[in-house]
Amino acid sequence: MAKREISEINAGSMADIAFLLLIFFLVTTTMDTDTGLIRKLPPPPEEEIEQIDVKQRNIFEVLVNANDQLLAEGEYIQVTELRKKAKEFIKGDKNNPEMPEFAVEEVPVFGTMEVSKQIISLQNDNGTSYEMYIKVQNELIGAYNELRNELAREKFGKTYDELVAQSESSETIENQMQAIKAIYPQRISEAEPKKIGGSN
Amino acid sequence: MSKFRKKGGKGQPAISTAALPDIVFMLLFFFMVTTTMRETTLKVKVVTPKATEVEKLERKSLVSYIYIGEPIKALQAAFGTAPRIQLNDAFATKEDLFQFVEMEKDKRDEAERNMITWSLKVDQDTKMGIVTDVKQELRKVQALKINYSTKKTDKILD
Repeated sequence: MAKREISEINAGSMADIAFLLLIFFLVTTTMDTDTGLIRKLPPPPEEEIEQIDVKQRNIFEVLVNANDQLLAEGEYIQVTELRKKAKEFIKGDKNNPEMPEFAVEEVPVFGTMEVSKQIISLQNDNGTSYEMYIKVQNELIGAYNELRNELAREKFGKTYDELVAQSESSETIENQMQAIKAIYPQRISEAEPKKIGGSN
Repeated sequence: MSKFRKKGGKGQPAISTAALPDIVFMLLFFFMVTTTMRETTLKVKVVTPKATEVEKLERKSLVSYIYIGEPIKALQAAFGTAPRIQLNDAFATKEDLFQFVEMEKDKRDEAERNMITWSLKVDQDTKMGIVTDVKQELRKVQALKINYSTKKTDKILD
C-alpha cells in the first residue's frame, strides 16, 4: 500500500471540552461545608453547686413546651416576635425598674461603662421539637447579633460581623470587637429540661 | 461532482492523544472532589432545620459529627422508627459517646484536642429529649464546643 498523507484530527478544542466538563463538575458537586449555630456548653456541674442568686428583673425567661408553644416573660408569643422582645430586654432601660440592672464595668476602648446585667434563661421540654428549639436559639442569637451590629455601626462605622472578619489583621479592630462583645455579652443559660409533656 | 470527494483516498488518521492529559486531569479532579464528600454512610434520616444566624464551620479537620434522627427507611424494619444516635458508621447509645469522644480526640494532635467542634446533625422532627441527653453526655466529657448544624435561610416562619 502506498504511503498516503493523513491529516490529523484537529484536537485543539479537546482541552476546552475537558475544562468545560471539569468546571461543570466543580460547580455542580456541592462540597458538604457544614454551617450551623455554634454554641458553648457550660462545663459539667461540680460536686457542690454554688447557689447564685440572680434578681428576677435581670432574667428574661423563655419557656418552650412539648407542643412547641413559646412563653417569654410570662407572655404567650410567636417565635417571630421573640427577637424584638429579647432585643428590648438586652438593651435595657436604666429608668425602668422592670428591666435589668446595670453594673459599672471596665470595657476596652470605652473605659468604664455601665453594662446591663441581662441573662436569658431558656428552658425547653423533652417533648419540644428540635426544629422549634433551633428557631428559638436562632432568634436569641439573632437578637444579640443585631444589637452588636447596631452598636458597632454607630461607634465604629462597621458592623460587628465586619469587625470579627477583620479582627485578625489589626489590633485596634480586635479591641473594638472585644468592646462590643463586653457591652452585649451573650448570656444564654439553658436550664435542665422538664420531663413532662411526654418525651420519646 | 468532485466537490464532496475526499482529497485522495486516505487511510485511518492517527488519533491525537494531545488531549489525553486533560481528560486524565479532569477525571482526577473529579474524583478528588467527590471522594471527600462523604466519610460516613448515613443510617439515620437527617434533615437539618433552617436558621438565619448561621456561621460557617472553619477547619473541617477539627469537626466531628454526631447524627441523630429516625433510622432510614431501609433499616426501619430492623431498628424501628424511634430516633437514634449514629456515631461514625454505626448506631450508638448515649453511653457510647464517652468512647467516641476519646477516640476522636486521639485522632488529633495533642495541641488541637480542645479545639474540636462537635457538630450535631439532628433531624428537625426529633424531640429534644434525646438531644439533651447527648448534650449532657458531652458536658460530662468536657466536649463543650458544639454546633447545631443548620441550613441558611433568609427568614424563619412561625
